[in-house]
Amino acid sequence: MRYIPTSPAERISMLREIGCERIEDLFDQVPEKLRMDHPIGIGHPISEPELIEFFNRLASKNGTNNQFFLGAGAYSHFIPVVIDSLISRSEFLTAYTPYQPELSQGTLQYVFEFQTMVAQLTGMEVANASLYDGSTAVAEAVLMADRVTKRNKYLIAETVHPQYREVVTAYTRNLGVTVDYIQVGPTGAIDPEALAVDDRTAAVVVQSPNFFGCIEDLKSIADAAHRAGALLIVAVAEPLSLGVLKPPGHCGADIVVGEGQALGIPLSFGGPYLGLFATLEKYLRQMPGRLVGETSDHHGNRGYVLTLSTREQHIRREKATSNICTNQGLFALMATIYLATMGRRGLQEVARQNLQKSHYAAKKIAGLRGYQLRYSAQFFNEFVVKTPIPAAELVDRLIEKDIVAGLPLEDYYPDMRDSLLICVTETAKKEAIDKFAAELGRIV
Amino acid sequence: MKRAGENIKKATTHVVQNEGLLFEVSRPGKKGYSLPDLDVPEVAEKELLDLAVTRADDLEYLPELSEVDVIRHFTRLSTWNYGIDAGMYPLGSCTMKYNPRINERVARIEGLAGLHPMAPDRLAQGALEVILRLEEALGKITGLSAVTVQPAAGAHGELTGMMMIRAALTERGNPRKKVLIPDSAHGTNPASAVICGYTVETVPSNSVGCTDMAALTSMMTEDVAALMLTNPNTLGKFERNIVEICELVHARGGFVYMDGANMNALVGVVRPASTGIDVMHMNLHKTFSTPHGGGGPGSGPVAVSAELEPYLPYPRVVRRQDGSLAMDYNRPRSVGRIRAFYGNFGVLIRALAFILTHGDEGLREMTEAAVLNANYIAYHLKDTYEIPYPGRVMHEVIFSDKWQTRHGVRNSDIAKRLIDYGFYPPTMSFPLIVPGAIMVEPTESEGREELDLFIDAMKSINEEAARDPQLLKDAPFTTKVGRLDEVSAARKPVLRWRPGAESKREQG
Amino acid sequence: MANTPEDLAYTKDHEWIRAKGDLATVGITDYAQKQLGDVVYVELPKVGDRFEATEPFGSVESVKAVSEIYMPVTGSVVEVNETLNDSPEQINEDPYGDGWLIVVKMENPAQADGLLTSAEYEDYIKAEAGE
Repeated sequence: MRYIPTSPAERISMLREIGCERIEDLFDQVPEKLRMDHPIGIGHPISEPELIEFFNRLASKNGTNNQFFLGAGAYSHFIPVVIDSLISRSEFLTAYTPYQPELSQGTLQYVFEFQTMVAQLTGMEVANASLYDGSTAVAEAVLMADRVTKRNKYLIAETVHPQYREVVTAYTRNLGVTVDYIQVGPTGAIDPEALAVDDRTAAVVVQSPNFFGCIEDLKSIADAAHRAGALLIVAVAEPLSLGVLKPPGHCGADIVVGEGQALGIPLSFGGPYLGLFATLEKYLRQMPGRLVGETSDHHGNRGYVLTLSTREQHIRREKATSNICTNQGLFALMATIYLATMGRRGLQEVARQNLQKSHYAAKKIAGLRGYQLRYSAQFFNEFVVKTPIPAAELVDRLIEKDIVAGLPLEDYYPDMRDSLLICVTETAKKEAIDKFAAELGRIV
Repeated sequence: MKRAGENIKKATTHVVQNEGLLFEVSRPGKKGYSLPDLDVPEVAEKELLDLAVTRADDLEYLPELSEVDVIRHFTRLSTWNYGIDAGMYPLGSCTMKYNPRINERVARIEGLAGLHPMAPDRLAQGALEVILRLEEALGKITGLSAVTVQPAAGAHGELTGMMMIRAALTERGNPRKKVLIPDSAHGTNPASAVICGYTVETVPSNSVGCTDMAALTSMMTEDVAALMLTNPNTLGKFERNIVEICELVHARGGFVYMDGANMNALVGVVRPASTGIDVMHMNLHKTFSTPHGGGGPGSGPVAVSAELEPYLPYPRVVRRQDGSLAMDYNRPRSVGRIRAFYGNFGVLIRALAFILTHGDEGLREMTEAAVLNANYIAYHLKDTYEIPYPGRVMHEVIFSDKWQTRHGVRNSDIAKRLIDYGFYPPTMSFPLIVPGAIMVEPTESEGREELDLFIDAMKSINEEAARDPQLLKDAPFTTKVGRLDEVSAARKPVLRWRPGAESKREQG
Repeated sequence: MANTPEDLAYTKDHEWIRAKGDLATVGITDYAQKQLGDVVYVELPKVGDRFEATEPFGSVESVKAVSEIYMPVTGSVVEVNETLNDSPEQINEDPYGDGWLIVVKMENPAQADGLLTSAEYEDYIKAEAGE
């Protein structure tokens, strides 16, 4: 086996050296009746060329050649080539969690840079080293609000990604938490006046841009929450929107969570992705996840270490702020490289292109007979269109034309059969958008 | 000279680049990105977005760098790290093994890496097949009935498994109140149990490092929902009474959860299902070689008995009548959704590639070589470092610093000095029940030469401890930074760069 | 060799208490701070909080460990040492002076008499260390 550096002869020699006769002797702690006497059943090993062929075959069964107008929590963006080149360096790829800081300054410094840029982007004071993804980050924020306010009632907008809400339900089911849902308003955003916040509410949870692509009135929602002593948790599923939109931290959010996939991470059928988590300094010790801090060694050289570890499971065990251990290290690096490469101006430029292209598409589609924009709220790169035939059927038909038209909302909102969630990013060429609109027009 | 020395064979010093923070290297006007021009007619932004929702800070303080700056910056940072490709990484319970490059190649195939998770099933047949095949393979390895690959890491898997246990007990009429966890367990175990609404009680280990049966018998009441066990445990020992343990727990209506972090000792040799456990997780980033990435991503698939199958998170990949694959959401008894989408798909591809590359023979060989390597180290160091639980070990061996403390040095000092010898230190101070623990897991990825170098280094450090303990206390000498002030870092946390921030001494 | 002032009373959880009338100042002992290492953070209750004897009222953290602190007597908190927020190291440097944690109004001052004397506490920690 080519991954095992000891030759069979060496292994026999090592066995003898330590006083064993056969390899089976090594397992003498294991009761005989528990030892397998037959192969696992997976089959024979396959060679490298055969393995490539196997996966190529599987890949060819996926429809990545289609033009996708899908968002809904995962976004197609141009990924700078330097990212893959840099993360493939084995000192990043094959390194462990930076518990021994003297041998891990590379990892620790980029995490410090990541924490800084997440805080800058979201407009918050402090960010952690990452959580698994946007959905679990929302759940962790809910658990944190419980710890901070000592209340256990939540108001969650139904415009928060439905899968994020399902994860919150699963996480909080056994913790005596009550969740009420805030209805979407007629504009596509929630109505801050209609928030039933009271002094038992731990937090209000919204997403902006929301699942329908609409931008929420975060300032008013924050005011309403704070008046009742509740926290505002804002989820950001499309962080590129922060290149042009006022960040939740500048609108009064107490905790900002997000999905960092849009920051240079491939779609990869849903994972691995990157959970973002940022909050205010006053809540620092209630924050889940790893944190890297700046310090110095005894010569005065600047260095970085994991810090405030007493919040975490390996020290606090059952009283920890979270059970999280492994997080998304390499993917935090990808996002850091993305932000470094795009930089301030690149981020603004790519956000601008998303905004322009999606509005161009929306206008064109809304101009087609039988179609109209469902909501009037402002949007970034996603919008909902009312379709002349059930959206699910429309999507099916357009696949014949190598176009994935969007997400039929009926999947998550059963009474919205004629609504399609469309996403247009900088990757959609004008011709592709025009072709899309033409095909939509042909449906009627 | 203190730091070099004839005994240090594996490492030497070499010039390494300095590099500041991105924000310090940034200069206004530098550009590193490349985008096509906007090809649709542009509309004035204020017609699309109100001022009230528009960002007003011009993204001040986000860096501006050229592509060369970016490459230099991260390349230099990488040179300050130690990865498994450089040498042995003997971290106990972490299974730092070789990350095969073929896995990296196949994970990047565009048809796999570029697929949107909301793509209709008919456009995702290849992806669904990856998931199904991996679930089947892990099912065969564990002997359990069904597998979910959704959890993003081991701890996430633990949470999922405990949720399922609670759901099953709730359906029976009583979720119960407590979970029993051995004193040698990983901290994620109690933390996960608590999120499920349980309180935790600690089961002591006996003198040979296994679960104390008498204690367990008296603690296992009808208030106990489950026992969470690691097997082999964090002391490197196989729980020889595992069958009896499971029978006891089952007889009183509870479930047994197995933390599968140490599967590298069992694959192809023991099927966990045959020990009687009900549910377990595996760590793909340990046993199945997916890269550790400096702290993730991982993946923590959970395997369950037939009894717990209905509670698995949704969706599940199923094969329809016509042979095609689909996502099934119709799972009324499921614990729900534990994450968006389907799992750390990129990690799943790598693990599947690893399993297929090994096949039955290779996987068994992997386990045997891993256990041999650990016993080889134990044998050669048993007279140098105390082994609190002597005898055969499985894939990892626990030493303690007991014999070295009489010279005034502790396990952390030994760790820091080992860095000068060119090794990443083993896991320190875990499990908590071994004072001064040094937990060594070589994995199968080490050849005899590397193992011998490690053994020699550990012996040399032991001699240094007796001869010149201060040497250990001041180590390491050869890294970019020396021991760092973790106390100040915790007292006055500085968790981000701010403009105008001054470091104590400017780094290049 | 830890310092154990004679005029204080002690608990087996390594707290000390200086009683005057029905008020008592509480802290952790020199032995405890040595075991813990450099203190980085202290979590203290609020003025007005009431606790039973042996109930945890806060925690002390070092870089790698957390220890809960337990009430030696039943009472309500009347004063909290806020200087520990900025200077937690006082617990290491002066555990019986500037490192004090809280002052409580005891509900039953006689409870303080049931605690360990300095000699009893010294014997206790000798035995613990000898294990």
